[in-house]
Amino acid sequence: MLLGPALAVSAILFSIGVGGVLLRRNAIVIFMSVELMLNAVNLTFVALSQQLGPQGQVIVFFVMAVAAAEAAVGLAIMLAIFRHRETVDIEAFSVLRG
Amino acid sequence: MTEVVFWSFSGAAIVAAFLCVTRRSPVAAALWLIVTLFSIAALFVVLDAQFIAALQVLVYAGAIMVLFLFVIMLLNLGRGGPSDLRGAWGKLVAAGLGAVLVVELWAVRAVAPADHLQLPPGAMARMSEERGPVGVITDALFREYLIPFEITSMLLLAAIVGAVVLAKRRL
Amino acid sequence: MMPEVPASVSLVWLVVLLPLLGFLANGTLSFARPTATRAVSAVGAGVLVAAFVVAVAVAVGVARGAPEEPYVVTYWSWMPAGELSVDLAFQVDQLSTVMLLVVTGVGALIHLFSIGYMGADPGYARYFSYLNLFVFFMLLLVLGASFPVMFVGWEGVGLCSYLLIGFWFEDKVNADAGKKAFIMNRIGDAGFLVAMFLIFQATGSLSFQEVFRQAPATFEVGGTTITLITLALFLGCTGKSAQIPLYTWLPDAMAGPTPVSALIHAATMVTAGVYLVARTNVLFALAPVSSLVVAAVGAVTALFAATIALKQWDIKRILAYSTVSQLGYMFLGVGVGAWTSGIFHLATHAFFKALLFLGSGSVIHALHHAYHATHRHEDAQDVRNMGGLQRHMPWTAALMWVATLAIAGVPPFSGFFSKDEILSRAFTRGHEAPVFYVLWAIGVAAAVLTAFYMTRMMLYTFHGPNRTGDKEREHLHEAPWIMTGPLVVLGVGAVAGGVLNLPHILPAAGWLDMWLEPVTETGALFLPELHLEAGTEWRLLLGATVVAALGIGTAWRLLDPAALRPAAEAPAELGFARVLARKYYVDEIYDALIVRPFVWLSDRVLWKAADAFVIDGVGVNGAAQVARFAGWVGTRLQTGHVGTYVGLFVLGTLALLRVLTR
Repeated sequence: MLLGPALAVSAILFSIGVGGVLLRRNAIVIFMSVELMLNAVNLTFVALSQQLGPQGQVIVFFVMAVAAAEAAVGLAIMLAIFRHRETVDIEAFSVLRG
Repeated sequence: MTEVVFWSFSGAAIVAAFLCVTRRSPVAAALWLIVTLFSIAALFVVLDAQFIAALQVLVYAGAIMVLFLFVIMLLNLGRGGPSDLRGAWGKLVAAGLGAVLVVELWAVRAVAPADHLQLPPGAMARMSEERGPVGVITDALFREYLIPFEITSMLLLAAIVGAVVLAKRRL
Repeated sequence: MMPEVPASVSLVWLVVLLPLLGFLANGTLSFARPTATRAVSAVGAGVLVAAFVVAVAVAVGVARGAPEEPYVVTYWSWMPAGELSVDLAFQVDQLSTVMLLVVTGVGALIHLFSIGYMGADPGYARYFSYLNLFVFFMLLLVLGASFPVMFVGWEGVGLCSYLLIGFWFEDKVNADAGKKAFIMNRIGDAGFLVAMFLIFQATGSLSFQEVFRQAPATFEVGGTTITLITLALFLGCTGKSAQIPLYTWLPDAMAGPTPVSALIHAATMVTAGVYLVARTNVLFALAPVSSLVVAAVGAVTALFAATIALKQWDIKRILAYSTVSQLGYMFLGVGVGAWTSGIFHLATHAFFKALLFLGSGSVIHALHHAYHATHRHEDAQDVRNMGGLQRHMPWTAALMWVATLAIAGVPPFSGFFSKDEILSRAFTRGHEAPVFYVLWAIGVAAAVLTAFYMTRMMLYTFHGPNRTGDKEREHLHEAPWIMTGPLVVLGVGAVAGGVLNLPHILPAAGWLDMWLEPVTETGALFLPELHLEAGTEWRLLLGATVVAALGIGTAWRLLDPAALRPAAEAPAELGFARVLARKYYVDEIYDALIVRPFVWLSDRVLWKAADAFVIDGVGVNGAAQVARFAGWVGTRLQTGHVGTYVGLFVLGTLALLRVLTR
């Protein structure tokens, strides 16, 4: 059944994604880390759908759709920012400082 | 046999994910991410979700990652330039928080689903054999989740329009 | 069981409503058409005359019905709150009828007088609207069938008193006098309120009839509660009726127009305290200690104020201290249980004191015009600037002499009978406790002084050579008929008022005693039977005559109006005369003992320490500083760097997970 191991793998992947977001300054790599976190969650859903029915897989389907939309818009934003600032280093953006 | 496949792809996914977040070059990171996504697709198959695994390869490893690489290429971030990794403190914080998160997520496992919700063991595998891998989710998708499914199309349309508006130099 | 109300008595609402309508009409005119003096006069005085006519009808109704229980006319339920229920109801009985006639009768005369006196004042409409409002509240006070309704009138007349004392508010002295009256009255009103709370706690009711019905069973004679209640009520009386220690506002109240002094500060409002004691005679009868306090304060005030009046030069101030002194007599009367005598003196005093004030108003009016004609700025109220006025104002002089003889207690004028009755009742109670002999002696001493200072005032004003000034003398003249007319009517009252209640040794005696018996009989049950032998009563009457003659004679012999200098050239007073002229320095003592420490407390403690430092500094600014500090911490967190946000976000998520999976 492999539910426990699958959840453990998912937890590790998710944490690596979080660590990636914290570690990197390049906005595109941070995006990739977010995708990694989304996939870790998908893995959880699929693992649990074995026990609880097909709804989990339906959710994964929706997550993928949302992730695709998010990637498209997010990367478009990156392009727009890069066009103005010539960089995607998030430390360079601090106009929201209080 | 299943377990061997599971563990080997799990190991591959974890190693590739780790390399993805630690490689200096964005292109390398993207490629390692593709490896991870493929490994996860394999894990989906092991977990009796063949259709999702196919989607994973098509949408993620195919479409989304191509988009990433395309943007990296557009922005000319392929190689060179200073490392975008944070300093020693940043690494320590990332590693520490990541470790704590693993422990805590592991603890979430204790929250087991209620018994009456649980299917008998092997139910999904049997369903997959009876209806085919796609048939497993079509029933739910086109009955219970029909409206969210249709709304998803609106979401994607909005994303397309938004992406075009944002990325185009002049409208 | 309540007696059925006769038709004429049920008209009582009209008596109250008429002055209120007059107030509304004149109040509107004072904004819309302040120059329409004819309309103002017609409305202002007309409503009072009409009210007096209705009041007479009501009195006739009461006389015909001769009810043992008062007529209570209930209009609507005013404050139904749990166990407390107060109705807007009027109580018409023999006592309130007497007050009704005095207020509307004397009030109407003074309103007529005001037409002449105030005619040239730019605030004419405002003046009449205030005066009408005063009469409305005074009638509410007199007619209220419960403590709260009476209290509304009580507060209302205080308000009108304030408005009219400060009528010429452009002058700061006048506005200050108004404030002084208001604050002094507030102190007394607090006592009234406390008394109401105590009464409600003890009896569960605030309507007069219910309280008086329960009182003999609820309170034991001389008990603590009833003594506290009556003392608190009496505190209210000392404020309203200007008794020691709260009397100082009344002399200052002379800053108002003279007819106001006559109506409010002599004839009606200041007698409200006497009326209150007479109204609640059952309660005071149950508290002998409080009654003694009332009598003692009254007697001491009578003497104290009379001594001050000896050395005053301002004609209105002399009369003001005289009023305080006469009010002291009334309290001596109601304090010794002679409630009828107190009310009797109240009624006669209303006549002769209103006459004196209006007469002095007439004199001031004449002097004011004389000085105005020659553009000199002299004090038109100082008797040192008068003298010999009888040649110019024979009517005023004659009528004021009538009033003076009445207040001095010369037979057969009205004041003789009322004052003698109070003193003889005090003397009678001397069998019971010697302290009443002391009170009687104080009263007699005050009577001598009264005759003395009144004669002094008359001598200096109307006799001897004139000191106004040579040019001004030609402008002195008698007041118009609209002013002298009311004086004549009041003069008749001052002469003949005594027949209301002649001593028992004379024929047709004790009419007011019989009239008021239904009101006072319950209270009288708790007093010893008072009986005076005919011989003693004759001796007391004779003594009173001698006392009056002594005071007048001494003043006539000792004082020489020819030796007096005008105010501008007068020498300073020396010795004890100076102490009297400065009113025993009571105002200065109050200022040093109460006002200054209070101002210091307000300034240093309440304002600078409590308000400025604690509330503004710690409270308001402190709260702002805390918010500012929290905001500063918030801005430190708001770095603008996504990294910080993500780190904090992850930390928060971890904490949340920890809590949820516990």
